[in-house]
Amino acid sequence: PPSIFGVFRPATRLALLSRSMPFKRFVEVGRVALICYGPDTGKLCTIINVVDQSRVLVDGPEGITGVRRQAVNIKRIMLTDYKVDAILNCPEKKLKALFESEDIMGKWKASNWGKKLENRKLRLATNDFERFQVMLARKERSAARKAAMGE
Amino acid sequence: FVGTSRVPPAHVPSPNRVTFSMTVTFAKKEIGGAKNGGTRDVPTKKAPTYYPAEDVPVKAPSEREAKSCGVAKLRKSITPGTVLILLAGRFRGRRVVFLKQLPSGLLLVTGPYQVNGIPLRRVNQAYVIATSTSVNVQSVDASKFGDEYFGNKNKSKAKKKGDDFLAADEEKNELSEERKTDQLAVDTPLMTTIEQTPLMAKYLKARFSLSKKQAPHAMKF
Repeated sequence: PPSIFGVFRPATRLALLSRSMPFKRFVEVGRVALICYGPDTGKLCTIINVVDQSRVLVDGPEGITGVRRQAVNIKRIMLTDYKVDAILNCPEKKLKALFESEDIMGKWKASNWGKKLENRKLRLATNDFERFQVMLARKERSAARKAAMGE
Repeated sequence: FVGTSRVPPAHVPSPNRVTFSMTVTFAKKEIGGAKNGGTRDVPTKKAPTYYPAEDVPVKAPSEREAKSCGVAKLRKSITPGTVLILLAGRFRGRRVVFLKQLPSGLLLVTGPYQVNGIPLRRVNQAYVIATSTSVNVQSVDASKFGDEYFGNKNKSKAKKKGDDFLAADEEKNELSEERKTDQLAVDTPLMTTIEQTPLMAKYLKARFSLSKKQAPHAMKF
């Protein structure tokens, strides 16, 4: 079915923004989103088409994020600040080139949100010895802080 | 009401059945009392209070049971040198170094003793968490230790009568010199390798515990 969201031209978007809409992130073609439920949890994907009020067609691009082209429920994704200039139903190769030219993955990893997710993953992956080392390091840091505060 | 006559299946005794039988040997027992005949024939082993009315079939061991010969299969995650967390017993919550599996299936572990006070000891695999951390134990020779080395040797205690109840217990469990030298022989090479890894000795000394938000099934060890 033809998508009305993909027809939004930059000019119209600017018009919306100039009216100071409370929303900043939209479900639109090219919007980068984070999948937070299902087998691809924690991976980034790009919206390339809208199916209906509850589902969007999404592609990783598969070569970069590992998310295959599929329909995904809007409730299972979280929109990010990033958007690529993708056309409707953008081919995966083109999408991949866009991702690389805009360095979306780099921006994501540098963002606070991206860093938080990465830290959470690392913490889950620590083994018993590593947890012990982290505990000692935190005690050291706390002692150093207390000493600095004392001055 | 027309029905087929039901004939019960003929009883065919199965070859693998336990038939209860017992040969009884008697011994003479002195008994008191003037009119009781002085002695009585008493069976040396009493007959059991229960035995099944019908012959019971013997359970044939499965292939896995027969292969293991009653010895627990060592988990893949446990290899010589693995640091284990003990979950039960005198040293629950402590971390120890695994040396080898004994013929009985129990695991031989050591603290090492100078690190956390745990000597060479046997431990059941079921009460242990295997961590992914390990120590190099190639320099350690644990071949002389078997199940006979451990465990309380059966001390027959004579029944105390009269004044003996008040007398002090003479037997004291002294640690043999052999145990002390064996402990050192195992621990000294182990300590040199432990000291090569920073914080390993501290780690082995520390105790394991769960805090409120930790769930062991979600943790990686």
